[in-house]
Amino acid sequence: MAFQILLNFVLALVWMFLSHSYNPTSFIVGFLLGMLILLSFRRFFNTRFYMIRVWAVIKLILIFIKELILSNIAVLKVILKPKLDIKPGIFALETELKQPWEITTLANLITLTPGTFVIEVSEDNKTLYVHAMDLNDDIQSEIDGIKNTFEKAIMEVSR
Amino acid sequence: MIEISKIIVAILILLGAFLSLVTTFGLLRLPDVYTRNHAASKAATLGIMSIMLGTFIYFYMEHGHFNSRVLLGILFVFFTAPVSGHLISRAAYNSGVKLWDKSVRDDLKKARENSKSTR
Repeated sequence: MAFQILLNFVLALVWMFLSHSYNPTSFIVGFLLGMLILLSFRRFFNTRFYMIRVWAVIKLILIFIKELILSNIAVLKVILKPKLDIKPGIFALETELKQPWEITTLANLITLTPGTFVIEVSEDNKTLYVHAMDLNDDIQSEIDGIKNTFEKAIMEVSR
Repeated sequence: MIEISKIIVAILILLGAFLSLVTTFGLLRLPDVYTRNHAASKAATLGIMSIMLGTFIYFYMEHGHFNSRVLLGILFVFFTAPVSGHLISRAAYNSGVKLWDKSVRDDLKKARENSKSTR
């Protein structure tokens, strides 16, 4: 992926030299043209066309922001409720992710999810121990559903 | 300065202050370290972020001054706050701070005991 981006930059520079105008506008034009060239030559690369991955990263960031706002509303509700009837607890969550940065991203996402919080990652990087603020059977499956979407979004980036 | 940006700035800063206030309430009301950590690491993060965003928009619209440091500050808070929350609660758990009495389950304790008995 990094190689494709670098190649795109080089193509943009070549376009600047060809058109003999050294300003940001012609750089952007060259970058877009280079992107078209990379798109048409994508079967010569081992990895996917890199804009797909960039798009997956943007989606991940949007999920981050959305979850942050939702989790704030959830915490707000718990705190401002007159009666304190939460049932906290720690549950284990198996993960399929392998690389350290993926697990870090997943842990950060879980921490920003409504009412959940990563306490410990097990030694073999296979299980995350999550502290949930309000735990019952219903919410457990719901949280697992959210996790699956996160894991999928992260896998989309790293695939 | 356009009127609508004034309203947006006011909403953002008031929202940030409100969220910080709620964080304080949460720290006072909630029963144990872990649930307090929920309040501190979430509401405070968004509160600070929205205050900084309001500051950024104010200086950009009022003085035409594009302050990129505020944007970087937002980014840094966004990335570091969950990690620090995680580290605090992990340190608390490893040094033996107990969960609240009404906690329903504790898988981590079970896992620890299992690994001890097999060792």
